[in-house]
Amino acid sequence: MPILKQGDYLIASIQSALSDSEVLELRDDLAERVGQFRARGIVVDVTALDVIDSFAARALRTIGSTAKLRGAETVLVGIQPDVAMAMVQFELDLQPLHTALDLEEGLAVLRRTARGGDDDGP
Amino acid sequence: MNGQKPSLPTPPLETHEIDAELLPKLVAYLRQMSVELREKWVSRISEAQLLGVMSPEEIFSEVKAVYDNYVDALETGSVESLQAYARDLSERIIHRGVETHEVLGIVLLLRDVLARSLFLRYQDDPELLDRILDSYEPAANRIAVTVGVSFVEERERVIREQQAAIRELSTPVLQVRDRLVILPIIGAIDSQRARQLTEQLLNAIQANRAKVVVIDITGVASIDMTVANHLVQTVNAARLMGASAIITGLSSGIAQTLVDLRVDLSTMNTVGDLQGGLEEAERLLGYKVLHSDPAPPDRLA
Repeated sequence: MPILKQGDYLIASIQSALSDSEVLELRDDLAERVGQFRARGIVVDVTALDVIDSFAARALRTIGSTAKLRGAETVLVGIQPDVAMAMVQFELDLQPLHTALDLEEGLAVLRRTARGGDDDGP
Repeated sequence: MNGQKPSLPTPPLETHEIDAELLPKLVAYLRQMSVELREKWVSRISEAQLLGVMSPEEIFSEVKAVYDNYVDALETGSVESLQAYARDLSERIIHRGVETHEVLGIVLLLRDVLARSLFLRYQDDPELLDRILDSYEPAANRIAVTVGVSFVEERERVIREQQAAIRELSTPVLQVRDRLVILPIIGAIDSQRARQLTEQLLNAIQANRAKVVVIDITGVASIDMTVANHLVQTVNAARLMGASAIITGLSSGIAQTLVDLRVDLSTMNTVGDLQGGLEEAERLLGYKVLHSDPAPPDRLA
């Protein structure tokens, strides 16, 4: 899974449904790169996912918690409308992740939280 | 033909061998007597106080057309033209409040009127009467079913069309500023409509790149547990897509209901009215509204 570096932030784009091992790999990769690049934030792009089930949601939360312990905030971007609807119907929680519409918005959220505020609202 | 009964679903209106000689006789008789039987039918309809919303002239002209179609259907065994006519008639009378029982009532009355007249005509020859009724009744039943079903189908079609129209009319998502959309909800919300509203809102968030959505429910008279939960889900789904939702216009009754139902509103940002909601949205988006010099009086008018 490619992880791009953009200034102080890392960008990971998930292209297909994640298997168990891919999730762990992504989590470890991200945690390692956060330290390596002294990144302050991560954007995980899920635009290509048409399903986010409880496993994927837990995996993403794990990534967020792990990164947070390493000093980086995580923003999930690109959740599709029907995916969002399904997630709230199944009461899938994404704490402590932030969410934003797309990559651009995600980076804006990270810039704002890095300034000191901790709101995930616009 | 003896012992053969129309089964469900009704078989095609076949001309059985025994009918071959009887049906033409029957049809010729019904045609010959048409004026008299139609009048009898109309008087039975008004006795039964059916079709109250139609004038006597209208009833008379429809009766003529239905009677002719009815006899044609008996003769040819094909109910297609009768079906088409019944659909067309239904389309015309549904809007005027004609009920299903009235339509079924008049068709059954016609069946009754014709059967009685056949009975009178052939009562001297019981065996012939028996055969005549054997060929008449299945066909008449089939016709009654056709007309009734056509009416109900037509009415269901009208209802579906109206539902679709109401759904489309009632859920506009409007962009009022860059990144700000409002969703004014008017009328009753059931769970189907709530789901549709959510879908439309989420798609609009994506299409307009909205960061704040104001959901105004001033026009909603009442709300139940299901809908309240759906509203909460909508707000949460909007947040997953990176948009904050502001609910405005909760009436005191709805606010009371939500508290009584113990709906968890901790994630909801609510503001009293739409104006307040827009001001809050502008604050979140960093807009400042400046009051400039008022326009000249002539342009205010």
